[in-house]
Parts: sequence; C-alpha cells; structure tokens
Amino acid sequence: MSRLYSKDALQAIIEQKEKWTVDELAAVLNKRPEIRERFTTLSDVPVERVYSPDDVADLDYERDLGMPGQYPFTRGIQPTMYRGRLWTMRQFAGFGTPEDTNARYHYLLKNGQTGLSVAFHYPTLMGYDSDSPRSRGEVGKCGVAIDTLRDMEVLFDGIPLDKITTSMTINPPASILLAMYLVVAEKQGVPWDRVGGTCQNDILKEYIAQKSWIFPPHPSLRLITDMIGFATEHVPRWNTISISGYHIREAGSTAAQELAFTLADGIGYVQACVDAGLDVDSFAGRLSYFFNSHNDFLEEVAKFRAARRMWARIMRERFKAKNPRSWMCRFHTQTAGCSLTAQQPYINVVRTTVQAMAAVLGGTQSLHTNSLDETLALPTEQAVTIALRTQQIIAEESGLANTIDPLGGSYAVEAMTNRIEQEAWDYIGKIDEMGGIIPAIENGFPQKEIADAAYKYQRQLETGDKHMVGVTKYVTEDDPGIPTLYIDEMKETEQVANLQKVKAERDPVAVARHIEILRKAAESGENTMPHIINAVRDYVSLQEICDAFRSVFGEYKDPAYI
Amino acid sequence: MSNTAKIRVMVAKPGLDGHDRGAKVVARALRDAGFEVIYTGLHQTPEMIVSAAVQEDVDFIGLSVMSGAHMYLFPRLLDLLKEKNASDIIVFGGGIVPDDDKEKLYKAGVAALFTPGARTQDIIEFVRNTFQTKDKNVSNS
Repeated sequence: MSRLYSKDALQAIIEQKEKWTVDELAAVLNKRPEIRERFTTLSDVPVERVYSPDDVADLDYERDLGMPGQYPFTRGIQPTMYRGRLWTMRQFAGFGTPEDTNARYHYLLKNGQTGLSVAFHYPTLMGYDSDSPRSRGEVGKCGVAIDTLRDMEVLFDGIPLDKITTSMTINPPASILLAMYLVVAEKQGVPWDRVGGTCQNDILKEYIAQKSWIFPPHPSLRLITDMIGFATEHVPRWNTISISGYHIREAGSTAAQELAFTLADGIGYVQACVDAGLDVDSFAGRLSYFFNSHNDFLEEVAKFRAARRMWARIMRERFKAKNPRSWMCRFHTQTAGCSLTAQQPYINVVRTTVQAMAAVLGGTQSLHTNSLDETLALPTEQAVTIALRTQQIIAEESGLANTIDPLGGSYAVEAMTNRIEQEAWDYIGKIDEMGGIIPAIENGFPQKEIADAAYKYQRQLETGDKHMVGVTKYVTEDDPGIPTLYIDEMKETEQVANLQKVKAERDPVAVARHIEILRKAAESGENTMPHIINAVRDYVSLQEICDAFRSVFGEYKDPAYI
Repeated sequence: MSNTAKIRVMVAKPGLDGHDRGAKVVARALRDAGFEVIYTGLHQTPEMIVSAAVQEDVDFIGLSVMSGAHMYLFPRLLDLLKEKNASDIIVFGGGIVPDDDKEKLYKAGVAALFTPGARTQDIIEFVRNTFQTKDKNVSNS
C-alpha cells in the first residue's frame, strides 16, 4: 500500500476547502457569478471548479499508477517512453490508383514520416473489385483502389518492407490484404518474420460504428482467429488487430463510451482466440489499440491513462495472462476528424495541435494528425505537410516529449482518470450481463448508446450549450475557400482497365481451382490464411475471394436503428 | 403544423459509405419535428432507394453521401425517379459536397444540400416550406 495522503493531512485539506468555500468563494460568486451554470467536458460530464487531494483521496501510487513500464502502466508502457524513441509519425494516406498513392508515400517518407498507413477506397473496404457495379462512382475516391496483387506491387514499389512498417485500415478483407502484403515482401526478398505492421482487422467496431462489414459476426470472428493463428506462427512482428475506438468516437460516442466499447471489443477478441484454443500469451502481445483524440484536452489525457490501467487489469486478472507484454495497452491515435470545420478551415490546424498534444501527453505509440482540409476532401500535399510538421514541432520544440506522463499526479487528471475508468467499467459490466459484446451488438446496445450521444450533442450545439468556433460562434461572413484535392472520374476507367488486363493474363484454371479451395476451407473450418496467400499469388482478385466466402458465410445487413 | 404529420421523408444512405452519424441525427430530428421518417439503412443502391421510395409513397428523399461518390449517386437517383415517373419526389441531400459540385447538382435537380455545420432546424424548415410550396402548386394547377 502506498496511499498518497495520510488521514490527518486529508482532514486538514477538507477543512481548509470548506473554509475557503464559505469565506472566500461565496463572496466572489455573490459579486460575479461564473459565466455558465454548468461546466462540463465535451462528453457532458460535470467538471469541478477545482480539484484537490480529497478528490483523489484513495489514490494508491503503487496500485493505481506505478512507474512507467510497470503494471498497471497508467504512466506509460515503457520505462523511457519518448526519451528512448519518439512516437511513430504515421499519416493515413491513399487515393486514386496505386501509382498515385505510391508517389504520395515516397513524398511523406522524404519529409520525415516514419511509418506508412494505407487508406483503401470503399470497394476494397467492402470486398468489391473496381469493375463491380457496386463500385460505380467510388473508385479511388476515399482511398486507394486495390483489386489484385498487381496493385499492391505498385503501391509498395521502391519501399523496403523490412525497414518500413505499414498500418492497413482494412477490416472484413484484412486477411486478403495481409496475404498480398506478404507476397510483395516475398518478391522483395524480405522474409515474413522481418515484416512489421498492423491490420485494423477489427470487425466488432464495424458493426458498432464504422459499418464497413461483409459477413455476419461469427464467421467474421473465425476469419480473424484464422489470421491471428497464422500470424502468431509466421509473421511474429505483425500486429494482428488494431482494436479501434476511433470510429466509435467519430460516430458520436462520449469519451467513456469510446473507452468502454473498445475494451469490450478487446475482451471479445481475446475470448474468441482463447475459445479457439490459442494460449493467451502467444497472441495478446500483438494486439494493439487505436483511439481518437478529441477536443477536450484533460478528458482525453485521462481516457488514455485509464485505457492502459484497465487493459492491464483485464489481461492480468480476467484472462490470467502472465507475460507483461500481454498486459500493455499499446495504441495509435488519430486526432478527431469530426471536430474539424469546413468553415474557416485554417483554424483546424489549431484544433489538431491541441488534440495531438493530448495524445502525446497521454502516451501514444503512434499518431496521425488530420490535415486542415480533411473535412472537405482527401488532403493535398501542402495540407498533409502542415499536419506532419505539427507532430514534428511537438516532438522537437515543445518539450512535451522530455518527461514521462507530466500530468500524472495532477488532482484534476487523476480524478478524471478514475471517473472515466469507473464509467467504462459500468458499461463493460452491462455488456458482460448481456453475454458479451456480440449479443450486445446484436441487441443494438452500443449502436443506440452512440446514436443517443450524437443526437444529444447536436441538440446542444443548436441550443447553444456547446460551441464550435467558426460554426456556432465567431462566424466569418466572407470565408475564402481553400484548394482541395480532386479525384478525377477517369481514375475509375484507368483502374478498371488495369484490373481487366490482370484478369486477361491469368490462368483461368488456376483461378477456378483457388476459388474452390477457398470455399471448401470456409466450409470445413480449416485455417483459410494459407489458401488466401496461394490465391493472391496467382492474382485471384479481392472480390473473387470475398465472393467465395460470401457464398458460404452469407452477408450482414444493416439493422438500421435510428 | 397541422399537416406536418402527412409529410413522408425517406432518409437514405446510397453507395458503400458507412458514415451514418449525420443521416441518423437528421432522421431523428425530422421525426421529432413530426414528420414520418423512413430510414433505409446503409449500403443501398440508387435502384433500391427509388423502388422503396415509390413503394412508400414518400414526398422527399434525403441522400447522405460522405464518400465522394455524390456526382454519380445523385444524378443516377434523379434519372431513376424520372424513369419511374416519380419526379415529384423532392430530392435533397447532405454530406461532403464541394461548392463546385453543389452548383452542378442544383442544376441537375437536387433541391437543397446541407453540408458540415448545417443545423437540423434548417433542414426541418426546408422540408416544411418546400412541402407547402409544392402543395400550393398542386392545388393551383
């Protein structure tokens, strides 16, 4: 036990606070009331006027905080944090054809970015090829078009996959994209055990928030456990799931909901792998998290700290993991896209800076800072450079990276960390009562909680309880536009032609054979991953593989809750 | 508004885009304002939306598009409505639509576009006012 305050000291502080409230505060409030009746966080949680030791009276240093790199990792997952290595600066990028995006990657790496992050276009995310009728109007618009191995070869042309790690935001077809990545590495002469990176591969949050799904929950989880089983053995440096709160927050959740639903998803994956017969310590160290960093600075820092403490307890106490690496909540952070405004877009740089600082003070392992124009379009080269420079200024000039968890011990931050943790445990308790995250999703529970929070926030914006600078306050009449990136409709024609050329040059007998093998593996329960790798090697397309699985697993349909 | 209850609005998500926060907030706001709201759910083709709109006999279709595919999806929907002799259904929309594209879509027949920062109150008033004007036009003819 290492309680921070003795009983006597606390009693004296409580008495001093009471005396101050009566003698001094009351007189000031009488003379000049505060500017609002209620002070709340962005998530609408009341915030105290001032926090003092009595607000964190039970704080036990050893039990609740620990030193950096020590359980429960509240202060950080490594003993040296950014003094040993800065966070990875990883800008999410992808647009048009693989040729276009490959050029952007070379530009970002030349400008000091330290990792890659692939944004795929909607057809790839949803398991369609660029020549599908479902892809009309969407090719290359929201990300890069990837149909076959040919496209991945072009995407990573000139990029050494043993030196650069890559994060791929891909969910239902994650195993297909990992398969293509591994074959590209193979062709570069890089052995699989030297390939590092991350697949988002988090289907549960798709049902909850981002809504890019293909198959129903159970077969989806089976594909994920197939991939984890395979990667654990053959690609040991690969982060197999990036359990994501980012999209939950963007869909309108509160900070505590983001934390709770994301950790509940994490519990769901660990349970599924354990049920599939994997030893918890064999895979848990390769699970990573992905959080949002929104506007409310202190609430966000508290959320990141609470996430580490909660995951450590979940892994050690609930799943009995023994390896300390399994206890660590390693996470990527992206600043909040939904906080950006189309009005006065230049001020988005300031918002992003504040959010990025919260992520760094919260101890993130990697960071994407949004570009000022991302509420209007995919970012221009100039805009993305400013976003990257924002991180570089925080790292090199601000001094924030010099000392670990400098907000630890702040009465306010510790009290908020405790508060958000408690709210998240309450949600996780409810989800456990429902039988876990899958039944909770099937009941629409997280979806409805998020939709309620989103609607409440919109109402608060319209009634003036909450504000957005440049939109509800400080509006400029004459708002000059900014240059934005335009994806030409001709990209679709170009990509479809590329795909048809690849299809014409393949061996049709081999393609048909691969599809049949994939169908059989899906039916039998055999690990699908090796068969997917063999199929992509012969240029079987993303949609052809997904269609084989669709024919066995069926498709998930939106329950369309309002 | 005594005749508000009669106004039927379909809120639709066309294409592969899964961003439904805006569509759901607008659907709720319209419902709370007293309109009858039909929400299609995600990943609808223009064909599916038009067929449901005709079947449900709606007065408005509100399309929410965040994916950049608006220059294909809006015109395609308007063409299909024409084919089905359902051009009296008023089409409006929301999402990420750059100013240059907005002008083109207005010319093509989209009645209104609500982009980031729009108030739900403005959308409610648009539906109410447009319906009244449309009603008058019908009774005058």
